[in-house]
Amino acid sequence: MNGYDENKKDMHVLSIYVENHAGVLSRVSGLFSRRMYNIDSLSVGVTENPEISRMTIVTHADDNTFRQIKNQLSKLVDVKHLCELEPDSAVLREHVLVKINAKDTTKVIEICDIFRANVVDYSKTLMTVELTGGPSKIDAFIDLMEDFEIQGLVRTGLTGLKRGSATT
Amino acid sequence: MNKSGADIVLECLLEQGVDTVFGYPGGTILNIYDSIYKYSDKIRHILTSHEQGAAHAADGYARSTGKVGVCFATSGPGATNLITGIATAYMDSIPIVAITCNVATNSLGKDSFQEVDIVGVTMPITKHSFLVKKAEDIAPTIRRAFEIAASGRPGPVLIDITKDATANTAEYTKQIPKKIDNYKMQSEVEDFDKVIEMINAAERPFIYAGGGVIAAGASEQLIKFRELVDAPITTSLMGIGAFPESDPNFTGMIGMHGTKITSLAIKNCDLLIAIGARFSERVTCAPDSFAKNAKVVHIDADVAEIDKNIMTDAHLIGDAKAVLDELNKRLSKLEHKDWMEQIYKWKEEYPVCHPGSDEFNPQYVVERLNRIVGDDAIIVTDVGQHQMWTAQYFKINKPRHFISSGGLGTMGFGLGAAIGAKVANPDKTVINVTGDGCFHMNMQELATAAKEELQVIDILINNNVLGMVRQWQRLFYGKRFSNTTLDKKTDYDMVAKGLGANAFTVTNAEEFEAAIQAALADKTKPALINCVVNPDNNVLPMVPGGESIEEPILEISLD
Repeated sequence: MNGYDENKKDMHVLSIYVENHAGVLSRVSGLFSRRMYNIDSLSVGVTENPEISRMTIVTHADDNTFRQIKNQLSKLVDVKHLCELEPDSAVLREHVLVKINAKDTTKVIEICDIFRANVVDYSKTLMTVELTGGPSKIDAFIDLMEDFEIQGLVRTGLTGLKRGSATT
Repeated sequence: MNKSGADIVLECLLEQGVDTVFGYPGGTILNIYDSIYKYSDKIRHILTSHEQGAAHAADGYARSTGKVGVCFATSGPGATNLITGIATAYMDSIPIVAITCNVATNSLGKDSFQEVDIVGVTMPITKHSFLVKKAEDIAPTIRRAFEIAASGRPGPVLIDITKDATANTAEYTKQIPKKIDNYKMQSEVEDFDKVIEMINAAERPFIYAGGGVIAAGASEQLIKFRELVDAPITTSLMGIGAFPESDPNFTGMIGMHGTKITSLAIKNCDLLIAIGARFSERVTCAPDSFAKNAKVVHIDADVAEIDKNIMTDAHLIGDAKAVLDELNKRLSKLEHKDWMEQIYKWKEEYPVCHPGSDEFNPQYVVERLNRIVGDDAIIVTDVGQHQMWTAQYFKINKPRHFISSGGLGTMGFGLGAAIGAKVANPDKTVINVTGDGCFHMNMQELATAAKEELQVIDILINNNVLGMVRQWQRLFYGKRFSNTTLDKKTDYDMVAKGLGANAFTVTNAEEFEAAIQAALADKTKPALINCVVNPDNNVLPMVPGGESIEEPILEISLD
């Protein structure tokens, strides 16, 4: 489990707008490590504005620590803005690639259909499937894939945007 | 106007009103030093013996003036030698701008000679660090660096400039720096209402002031606030000077070596008002039992300090001066007669404890020094027992007159910082109280003071031991004095004279008095006054690590 679990009370998803230049990732991750905050997952990519990147960090912390995390992050010169993404009011997505044994392919394709996952690579012995979805869907899918002997797995970490007309 | 990157650096410093820089040249920073040569009639450069001294000097300059201190170093070891100084400034929220040069852009990342990623190294110990690779980026970066260093909660900023950027040219237009407005609040009217209500309801309020009051220049407001609230007041080590220590309502310093009166006030108060202070563990000792009978109001410029170490009941975010001005406007004069009488009674009951007054002991040296130089001198300290004795026994009555490494506790800080303070305040007496351990860390800066004809007077409390560590070994390590007995063969007089300073070794009150008068008389020379004292003096009161501040140790048996 490296993602977000909606059922866990102390899980939080932070969306952080940062300057898109060298060293920003180190500043943010360094802040978490030296202040003993947790990072469950971190994803980062450029936004509609090439000078700004957006980081999505999943962390678990009690309310006071979470307030500290936000306050400390806000002090970084490279952090322009940050907000919390809450499951009820945000679209939260993660992408996963799973490489499994290509034996019971009919069964795999059946599961993929149900989950709307895709087979993206296929060889004599192994196949790779991909899925995009919310954290619990990803977890459920991985759970099913375990029956096919997972040979490799990678998750991007959670990313997300607020729903509706909110832009930040 | 087209100028070289190096000239732009100097022009930008002039824009910011910089008159002095402390530094040390080297390979990659040659272009800037060539410009320093050219601008030498406008900016004074103090060449220290070691880059660490330059960083501490910039820090001392900043602490004694409130202006941003500036230091220079070359790449690699020059830059890494600044680190302790930068970290010291960071922990105590002191505004400095450190400018280093790195290897040329096309050599970066190739483990070139004297290359180090100083921007990466300083990330955790600066408000921000910049890497500048283009001449045209130099001016905007320097302007931004000064703004970051001095705004909000102050702190150090590092700018690393590649050698090619200092050689290349760019268009430069002089700019008048943006006036930094720290006089602002983030708190709403309702927050003030709540705090005013809590103050009005309190029967035994207690004020705890820290370095934030000094940074904000809010001493006057603090004095007025105390009068209105009618409360006793303590300061942290960093807050020393924020409130006049001779005032009868001052209870002495708070913390591990704070006074018993302050401990009693913390235990008995029903409202603790912390202003520009951060509840460090050296202050709270055991956070869980700290001020447990009191509601806590926290006033600070940095919202990230709220509920970090101690949970508070209310807070006001903003510059201490702005917040106190607003509170003072809204408060009417309160009276807490019984509480204040209790405080005065405790003050009589628990005077600052003084071991055997006829002996030539460190406490005596500090008191005597206080009598001689008065409260207009700037008192700098190193770190250890002598630092605590100075904090306890020297009555500091003005802000920016006590300079000490609080948060980082940097041994070797004092001499460099004193040089910075003296350069910034040539007409003031500047004293550095040091120990024999600390003196050996950065004594080479005596040569800097001598060359620059700076009258910095080093009072060396020479007890032949690393006294603070020894004190802990005595209490908690079965008197196994591992590596704390110095027994050095140093001839202090010879060392001081060898580095160009006046030298005195004293073993009693009369000799001390004569030495300090002689040192004060020679206005163009630093001095080292080696005060030989007993190794077994302890800093008291003392709260052992992790124990409650309410029960400090008042006596340590020497058996």
